[in-house]
Amino acid sequence: MNGAHDVGGMQSFGKIEIEADGPNFHADWERRAFALTLAAGALGQWTLDQSRHARESLEPGLYYTSSYYRIWLEALERLLLDAGMVTEEELAAGTPQGAPLPTAPLRAKDVPNRMKAGSPVDRPPEADPRFAVGGAVRAKTMHPQGHTRLPRYARGKLGTIAHIHGCHLLPDSHAHGGDRAEWLYSVAFDHQELWGPDAKGKGIVMVDLWESYLEPA
Amino acid sequence: MSDDHTDHDHSHLDPIDLRVRALESLLIEKGYVDPAALDALVDTYETKVGPKNGARIVARAWSDPAYLQRLRKNATAAIAEFGFTGRQGEHMMAVENTEGVHNLVVCTLCSCYPWPVLGLPPTWYKSPPYRSRAVIDPRGVLADFGVALPDDTEIRVWDSTSEMRYLVIPKRPNGTDGMSEDALADLVTRDSMIGTGLALAPETHTGDAS
Repeated sequence: MNGAHDVGGMQSFGKIEIEADGPNFHADWERRAFALTLAAGALGQWTLDQSRHARESLEPGLYYTSSYYRIWLEALERLLLDAGMVTEEELAAGTPQGAPLPTAPLRAKDVPNRMKAGSPVDRPPEADPRFAVGGAVRAKTMHPQGHTRLPRYARGKLGTIAHIHGCHLLPDSHAHGGDRAEWLYSVAFDHQELWGPDAKGKGIVMVDLWESYLEPA
Repeated sequence: MSDDHTDHDHSHLDPIDLRVRALESLLIEKGYVDPAALDALVDTYETKVGPKNGARIVARAWSDPAYLQRLRKNATAAIAEFGFTGRQGEHMMAVENTEGVHNLVVCTLCSCYPWPVLGLPPTWYKSPPYRSRAVIDPRGVLADFGVALPDDTEIRVWDSTSEMRYLVIPKRPNGTDGMSEDALADLVTRDSMIGTGLALAPETHTGDAS
């Protein structure tokens, strides 16, 4: 979707607030929002792509005026509601009013192993990759309503296949209950191709793109 | 939202703090989350996992040609040799800076970052000013971080749009021949592994390297 999250190439956000070795959290509520998001995610009621989609579906005014963990919090509440795990009334009251969904909560003793295991997204390929390293491709012009990981600045642009990473779950499917997997490529886009005469200096942008985002060029 | 108070009196909590507390108690009471697991998650990413992990990978890559070969061939497996695996590092690739190429990592769409080797990302990495500019004006971004590169250096920006996670292997500084891996690791900053910095020169480093 063409959400507020897709900021690559925008020019009006101002200065980068550099912190040399700042803390990971700037308030205690950020720690709790982070941990709640991971612990609730571990219940398996939604995928990582679904949670990304929940964040990028926030209304742009809210997205741009929210701190990072505020965005996580807003998305977490929506995911919990959509999954039927809590009700609006419960969120407003902060206390349970009905029975929970049966789930197996993440226990403290399992945290190290769950984090160390992660959730690999590579899958056995069912066909050979369509494109070869060095091949010329064009990122499709597409504007799906749902989740996608093809950023707007790359759509319609010519690039070159730089790496083939294997067959990975397709976010466009995985965010909406599917489990389709496709070949994943790093595609090199020249600065001039992306930005035209306003490109500053020599450079390329590598974008990880799935096979269905690409067409031969 | 008020941000001008510095005390920790709960009667003066921000609305968002109260909202998170209410959500936490609701999820605990419904049996969805274990409060001890929340503490364990925070502790893991606040005190255990951080850029010191990545610095060990870089120092090994600088010191051991056989390790560098393994890192190039299968970074996920080579990094797992140190026990650094899992969430947000399931699929790793190491990208090496050379005389002609400087790598810079961003996630324009969200905040993808290699947690097992770098920990959680700094706030600026997750914020629109960096995410928006890194792809269209990487030299300007590098200048903001105090990094000036020759005009003929190719800036290679990696937009982390998939579950691939990128670890920049900065150039080994001059004057480090014969240094131990531990001493080399002290020269490897977080930013040098994102690409917004360079590894420290040994003469400017006043740490406790042996």
